This record gives sequence, structure tokens and C-alpha cells, in this order.
Amino acid sequence: MTQDDLTISDPKMTAHNVNVFYGEKQAINDVSIDVGTELVTAFIGPSGCGKSTFLRSLNRMNDTVAGAKVTGHIALDGEDIYAPSMDVVQLRARVGMVFQKPNPFPKSIYDNVAYGPRIHGLAPNKSDLDGIVEKALMRAGLWDEVKDRLGESGTALSGGQQQRLCIARAIAVDPEVILMDEPCSALDPIATAKIEELIHELRGKFAIVIVTHNMQQAARVSQRTAFFHLGTLVEYGKTTDIFTNPKQERTKDYITGRYG
Amino acid sequence: MTFNAAALLLLIAGLALIGWIAGRARSNLLAARAQAKLHSRPQYHGWYVALWLFAPAALFLAVWSAVSPGLITNDVLASEAAKDLPAFGFERGAILSDARNVAQGKQDAVRIPAAAPLVAPYADATHLYAWIGIGAMLALALAGGLYAFTRIKPDFRARTRVEKIVMLVLLLASLVAILTTFGIVLSLLFESIRFFRLVSPAELLFGTNWAPTSGAPQDDTFGGIPLFWGTILIGAIIAMIVAIPIGMMTAVYLTQYAAPRVRRWVKPLLEILAGVPTVVYGYFAALTVAPALREFAVMLGIPNASTESALAAGIVMGVMIIPFVSSMADDSINAVPQAMRDGSLALGATPNETIRQVLIPAALPGVMGGILLAVSRAIGETMIVVMAAGLSANMTANPFASVTTVTAQIVKLLTGDQEFDSAKTLAAFALGLVLFVVTLLLNIVALRIVKKYREAYE
Ligand SMILES: Nc1ncnc2c1ncn2[C@@H]1O[C@H](COP(=O)(O)OP(=O)(O)OP(=O)(O)O)[C@@H](O)[C@H]1O
Ligand SMILES: [Mg+2]
Repeated sequence: MTQDDLTISDPKMTAHNVNVFYGEKQAINDVSIDVGTELVTAFIGPSGCGKSTFLRSLNRMNDTVAGAKVTGHIALDGEDIYAPSMDVVQLRARVGMVFQKPNPFPKSIYDNVAYGPRIHGLAPNKSDLDGIVEKALMRAGLWDEVKDRLGESGTALSGGQQQRLCIARAIAVDPEVILMDEPCSALDPIATAKIEELIHELRGKFAIVIVTHNMQQAARVSQRTAFFHLGTLVEYGKTTDIFTNPKQERTKDYITGRYG
Repeated sequence: MTFNAAALLLLIAGLALIGWIAGRARSNLLAARAQAKLHSRPQYHGWYVALWLFAPAALFLAVWSAVSPGLITNDVLASEAAKDLPAFGFERGAILSDARNVAQGKQDAVRIPAAAPLVAPYADATHLYAWIGIGAMLALALAGGLYAFTRIKPDFRARTRVEKIVMLVLLLASLVAILTTFGIVLSLLFESIRFFRLVSPAELLFGTNWAPTSGAPQDDTFGGIPLFWGTILIGAIIAMIVAIPIGMMTAVYLTQYAAPRVRRWVKPLLEILAGVPTVVYGYFAALTVAPALREFAVMLGIPNASTESALAAGIVMGVMIIPFVSSMADDSINAVPQAMRDGSLALGATPNETIRQVLIPAALPGVMGGILLAVSRAIGETMIVVMAAGLSANMTANPFASVTTVTAQIVKLLTGDQEFDSAKTLAAFALGLVLFVVTLLLNIVALRIVKKYREAYE
């Protein structure tokens, strides 16, 4: 089986008939989707169609929104993440998240990356922690730029560096899935290229789900693409198929820029 | 004829009303005659005339009321009859005011014989200045009114002019507060300088013995250290030990855990706590908290436990400050972007870890600013300490002992029979100045911190 095979024999996360409500309002309507272990999955769709909402239901960040409610079945490695027995804190350590706007803590670069490992007790001593921080920064491609100033504030970095710091922070807890919500929308083309390169390198080590408004970006970084419209999943398939040969009229209209 | 400012104010208000009607009528008339459309509606022409009539005259009235008594007294002192007055002091003042009261009809006859010859000059001068004042005021009112009246034309922009005048009036109103503060500071400074001529600033700031009751200055009578220590012990230490943790926890609960419904109830309740008159806190401290604490201290076997204790005053003051600290902390925590909180939660931190490790550190500068403001309020607070902390200037770290504070001593120095130029009375002003400078510095530093912090997230 090649990596680009459509059937996902070993999905990392599965979602069945998922609905998400904000109070009375339904934001996601009956979405079913599988996320592959070694794949990058892109969510595309016009603004307000529910991409972020669905993404946030994958690590239960919607719990923090008052009035948000999720129904249906979402599982990580076959385990229902909305089951009462699920430890949300543990879940979020396994399903990490990178946000649209870089949000480093107002702490040093080192402490930003060490934050997760510390609260989860991943490093028994200082040298282990140093090792974890270094490895995470290396994987995020930021090590060379910051290795001499780990004590400086994370907020003093450039926007692109901050976003890579946030990625380093997310991978420092060694998650299984990384969710990225428009990680490049606040960045310039060069910083964007760096993040895309990074996604290529991380692919295979983590399951990655990325929300993007940039069609070229979806085409460049992902193997699977899901097109959302008005809270429903219109089409889901291999990225190459979606972009060269969409089955649905709505998908075609969207990727050819006829609406958005 | 005396100068009755209230009546005169009514008079010019009446004139202004006439001016308003006249201005309005004239603008209508002119417009009709010239068959032109008015630039501004007739009311504005009316207001324009009325304001020009009223404002300069009212301003003059205010100034004249302030300066004319001085001018009258000067005139009287220059007269023949004033030659025999004692040179200085209270006697001279008493004679002058006696004569003035008779001359202005506030009292039937002189009480001090020496004042009798001064009554006539006083009456003369009062008349003279009253007429000058009234004449000048009416002249100003009429001149202003006429000036405005003659400017009315159909295309005259009365509306914009009125806008400008109104702006000027608002500006003056805001200046009142600023100038008053300035005046208070100046008088504080002036009286303090008089005190520092008698007692060296070093003694007040560094002396360790406070015993101003003895009257004549002697060694170390005005040593302020015990007062400063008492103030710090109560306002900056005990009160803050109570207010900071409780205020912070309240803020964290309200911002992070409370349901919107709870928040809707608790916040106004806290604001009510902030609105309780301090005297109520004072007797709560003196009548309830202090005796209970004393019993507690006696039970523990602590020596010299007093019914007036630093602890009682400090605890109650801390409770009083809680809403202040919690609302400042509430604002700072709310100002930390939601993204920061989400970032931490998404890493698998619990809400509690998020609060302790991300929100509070991020909010800390703002919270610090709030705490400094709270300290500056606490050390300026008076009623509670007067009622509960006591007046004995002890240098002790024992919270069950009685201590005194700067504000409590100011009250003590200024109540009862006082001569207004003894070192003892003047000391109150010097203490007030010290307090003012300290709280001013605290406020400046605090506001700077808060401002910088706000900028960091904007
Ligand atoms: N906290 C919330 N409370 C109420 N409604 C919400 C909330 N967040 C999102 N929504 C609504 O849910 C719908 C989906 O929003 P969502 O943010 O998921 O869209 P999106 O596809 O991510 O859009 P964008 O591309 O602009 O980020 C929208 O109609 C939005 O108004
Ligand atoms: Mg979104």
C-alpha cells in the first residue's frame, strides 16, 4: 500500500456523524472523516464553514467555549475521546494544536518549549529537559536561530519564529496528532515556506491536520484534502484528485476561485 | 450697601435672559427685513448674546468676591483709626473681624471696645468697594451683551460661536479641579515650610521619638519614624497580607471559574463592599474585631495585648481594600489574550495550571500596579486607624500592640483647641506633605506599570 492510497487502513483518528452546536446554532452537520497516521490532511472551505470548529472538536478545545456541544463519535486510536472516562488533559497532550496567530507565552524561549514537558512530568531532571527542548527546537527548525538566546522572551521573536516556537512547544510533549489552524495566515511568504518545509519533515512522525485558505498550500503540503461548506463535508479525498478532478461541482467552483 | 454675590448672580442671570430674548428677536427681525435665510437658528443668536452677557460678568463677580475683602481691609488699615491696633497676632485679627461684623450688619454692637473706631472706616470701605464692584460688573455685562447684540446678522455664525464658548466654559470647569489640587498642594507646602523652620526635616523623617504634646520643641519630639512604621505595618503589611491573596483568588474565581450568572451577582456585591463608608469599617474594627483579637491574644498569652491593635485595624483595612485589588486583578487577567489561555490548555495543562503558570505571570505587572494603588489608598486611610489602631506611637512589630499612623496623628494634632502657628499644629501639615509625596510617588509608579502592561497586549 502506498502512502497516497485513498483507503486509510490504519486511521489515527476517526469521526462519525459529528455535529457541533454553539447554543442553538449548528456549526457542523453530520461530518464523518478518517485522519491517517502518516498523512497530512488539509481542511479547506470558505470562511465560516466550520473548519476551525471541527478541528477544535478533535482535541476537545470546544469544551472551553461556553455553550458548545459536540455529538457523534470521535475516536483516537479507536478510543472515544468524548467518553466520560477520557482524560481531557491527557488527550490534549496526545493531540497538540498550533493556532492561527502565534501565541507564545510571555516567558523565555526555553520555558515556552519546556512548559508542556514540565506540566506532564516528561523530564525527570534538568539535562533531560534540556535535551527535550533542544530536540523540539531542532525539529521545528528554530534551534540554529535561537540556541544562543534561549533565555530571551519568546514574544521578542519575529512572527515566523514565534510560530515555529509554538510548533516546537507543541511537539515537545511528543503528541501523536498535530492540529494546525491556519498556521501561516499571519506570516510572510518566506516564513510560510519555512513552515511548509517543516510540515514536510514532520510528516510521518505525527499525524497532521492543517486548516488553510491557501489552495496552493493545501496542494503542496497535504496528501488528503477535505472540502467543507456551510458546516458539511462536501468532498474528501486524495489531494491530487480534489485539485485535478473534483467530483462535486461545489468543490470545483471553490478551488477554481469562483466563490470563497 | 454690601456686596451680595448671590443676588448679583441672579441679577445678571436675569439680564442674560433678557439678552437671550432680545438676541432671538433681533435675528428674526433682521432676517425678515433682509429677506435672507439665517445661518443659525434664532435660539443660537439668543444664546450668543446671553453667554456674552453672562460669562464675563460672572467671572468678574467670582474674582471680585475673592479679592474685595482684602482690598477693604487694606483700606481700613491705611486709615487714621487703625494706628492704635496691636501689631500682630490673634488680638489684631479679632478686633478687625469684630469691626467688620458690625459694619456689615452681622452683629449689633462691638464686643471689643478697641474695635469701635474701626467700624466707620469699615462701613465706608465696604460701601465703596460694593459700588465699584457692582458698577464694573454691570458695565461688563452690558458691554458684552451689546457687543454680541450688534454682531447679529442673518449670516452671522452664531451656532459655531456658541459651540466655541461652550467649549471654553467646559475647559474652565475642568480647570477648577486642577487648580484646586494645585492650591491645596501649595498651602500644604507653605505650612510645612513654616514647620520646617521650627523643626528640621531630618528630625521629622528620621527621629524615633514622637511626643508632640509637650508644646515647646525639645530633643526629638517630632520624630516621625514610629508613625511611618505604624503606617507601613498596618497599611502596607497587614492589610496587604489580607487583601492580596483574597483579592487575587476572588479575581481568579470570577474570571476563570464563575458562571456568568454568579459573576453578575458577585461583582456588584463587591462594589457595594467598596462603597461602605470607612467610618462603618472603623467601628466594626474597633467594636468587633479588636476585642475579639485581644481575647485571642490573651488566650495565647501574648504580653501587652491591647484593645487597640495594629492587627484589628490592618485586617479590617485589608477587607476594605479587597474589592479594589480584586477589580484591578480582574481587569489584568481579562486583558491577557484568550490565545494565551488556549495555548496552555491545548498543551494539556489543567485550568489551574494555566492560571498559575500562564495567566497570573502574564497579568502580574498589571496586578502589581493595582497593588501599589491599593497600598497608596491604605496608607492614606484615616477613619479605621483613628478608631481601631490607637494613638500611642510605639515602635513594635507585635501586631497585637497598639500603634499609630500618620493619618491618625494628623487628626489628633488638628482636633481640640489649637493655636494655628504652634509647631504642634504645623506638624500636621508636614505629615500631610510626607503622606502626599509618598502616595503621589506610589500612584505615578503604579500607573506607569499598568500603562506599560496595557501596551504590551495592544
Ligand atoms: N464561540 C462561538 N460561538 C458561537 N458561534 C461560533 C463560535 N465560534 C464559531 N462560531 C460559528 O460557527 C461557524 C463556524 O465557525 P468556524 O470558526 O469554525 O469557521 P471557519 O471555517 O474556521 O472560518 P474561518 O475560515 O473564517 O476561520 C460560524 O458560523 C461561526 O459564526
Ligand atoms: Mg477558522
